[in-house]
Amino acid sequence: MNLKGKKIRLHDMSLRDGMHSIRHQFTLQNMQDLSQALDKAHVPLIEVTHGDGLGGSSVNYGFGLHSDREYLEAVIPHLQHAKVSILLIPGISTIKDLKAIEDLGVSTVRVATHCTEADVAEQHIKYAAKQGFDTVGFLMMSHMVKPEKILEQAKLMYGYGANCLYMTDSAGHMLPEDVKEKIGLLRSEFPDEIEIGFHGHHNLAMGVANSLAAVEAGATRIDGSVAGFGAGAGNTPLEVFAAVCDMYGIETGVHVNALMDAAEDVAVPMMGENLPRINRNALTLGYAGVYSSFLLHAKRAEEKHGVPAREILLELGRRGTVGGQEDMIEDVALEMLRKRGG
Amino acid sequence: MKIRCALIGPGNIGTDLLYKLLRSDVLEPVWMVGIDPTSDGLARARDMGLKTTHEGVDGLLPHIEADNIQIAFDATSAYAHAETSRKLVEKGVKVIDLTPAAIGPFCVPPVNLLDHLDKGEENVNMVTCGGQATIPMVFAVSRVQPVRYGEIVATVSSRSAGPGTRKNIDEFTETTSSAVEKVGGAAKGKAIIILNPADPPLMMRDTIHCITETEPQQDAIIESVKAMEAEVQKYVPGYRVKEGPVFDGNRVSVFVEVRGRGDYLPEYAGNLDIMTAAAARTAEMFAEQMLKA
Repeated sequence: MNLKGKKIRLHDMSLRDGMHSIRHQFTLQNMQDLSQALDKAHVPLIEVTHGDGLGGSSVNYGFGLHSDREYLEAVIPHLQHAKVSILLIPGISTIKDLKAIEDLGVSTVRVATHCTEADVAEQHIKYAAKQGFDTVGFLMMSHMVKPEKILEQAKLMYGYGANCLYMTDSAGHMLPEDVKEKIGLLRSEFPDEIEIGFHGHHNLAMGVANSLAAVEAGATRIDGSVAGFGAGAGNTPLEVFAAVCDMYGIETGVHVNALMDAAEDVAVPMMGENLPRINRNALTLGYAGVYSSFLLHAKRAEEKHGVPAREILLELGRRGTVGGQEDMIEDVALEMLRKRGG
Repeated sequence: MKIRCALIGPGNIGTDLLYKLLRSDVLEPVWMVGIDPTSDGLARARDMGLKTTHEGVDGLLPHIEADNIQIAFDATSAYAHAETSRKLVEKGVKVIDLTPAAIGPFCVPPVNLLDHLDKGEENVNMVTCGGQATIPMVFAVSRVQPVRYGEIVATVSSRSAGPGTRKNIDEFTETTSSAVEKVGGAAKGKAIIILNPADPPLMMRDTIHCITETEPQQDAIIESVKAMEAEVQKYVPGYRVKEGPVFDGNRVSVFVEVRGRGDYLPEYAGNLDIMTAAAARTAEMFAEQMLKA
């Protein structure tokens, strides 16, 4: 595999996807410390929002300690190199939510839908593109459908004005061959100026391998998190991936040692007991193909209702639940409880 | 004697509504209005004995007096609704709005239909499918004690979400959250909608979370939720509280499933059924009032 000289852009998720692991409770100081450390390591792009994107603060997903606006205001003015992205999931947030923060200096708007529902993003992608944002169409749970379907949906997002298209492994279920096939198809079907991106989760420990497969197939934006801070068993650990890229001669522009320091000295102490790892439940997510942020909600349902989280997650997988259906977790737990006469 | 009605918009919603009106003791659907002469919906309505026009509401206006049309349903788009409504109201027709335009007051039958009857509103808006399925439950809690925050999550099968909903998904979220406050009685409202493409398609399901100001009065809330379920079942027989109310601190959660009647749309499309059923219910109440007068 000769990847020498390939140029890619790394995108850190710890301040958005990492929010899932700590129930969206980052302090403003946490946000500043971690974003400063990432900035020092020359990470070009970092995402800052509630774990479920703008407007995600809710009973269903957990209330954020601060508003998205407060987080963005705390982070953006202090950055030297890094630019900031936000996530927007139509159905959860609206263009109004975007308008409420667009004066803060965000560079990138990522509009996410389930991998078969791209047409709900038309309003949002059109608006973001018109406002001149770096506009990303983000197809979640991409393991659930065939490459042709991903292509069809990505074409819709491209048609609305997205300049970068993501194939997203929200469940951490994909294997490198699948990643390569899907990314490869997208790369071959869109003009060169349209970037292709990959977002992985590490539930099967495939984050780095999958990201590498994505680069090989033509992806130029890769998501990860320092110390893997993200939903489920976390995202692709960014410092590890940066080191691997360096060994392959892939150019990321990131300072690997500084990124390791950000992970070890800043991120890890912040997480304490919440450090994501591939435990039984996180592995089940990857194994059964279940949305990664269900993890802690299932654990809480286990604690409240006494139904094992793994069984809840498996049932959610069987029912074909998609991202955002956190409300199904307690519903399923109660149903299982009743069936066993508890 | 029945009150004569017109339906505007011969799509899925309009057609399903037509089936329901044909069963009514007090309503008689007379006109179906479309804009496309080759529309399947218009042809279907013609086969069922309705008069049709493909010239939009302007094609209907000259016949309103002669055919004594007293109630019209608009199942087109928010975009066209204001103009349509103005023309109909001018002719003395009561308008039931199934679009998200919401120029008239929100109507969720078991919560506030009687108020609208008393006031003699000319145009009422049926909120959204998610609103019809969840706001009765927000109200079931808020009539017991103050609700600081109401949040609803509506999950519908991808197949039951038409292009109008998809193109304007923000309207759904905004209209629903506003109605959670104005009709449901929550001080602050939030709405989330999720489309699920599972095959076979899943039944519409909704989660209602309320955060009460003070500790929930569990027994009174359980009773209120049960009574409200029965109220909704009067016009949506497939409406069912699946789980709950669950109490967790000041959080009260209710999990609901909506099975459609399968009139024109399949059973899983409970989201569409509850809209047409609520609209038909509203029209029937208006009609009974007209017949009395």
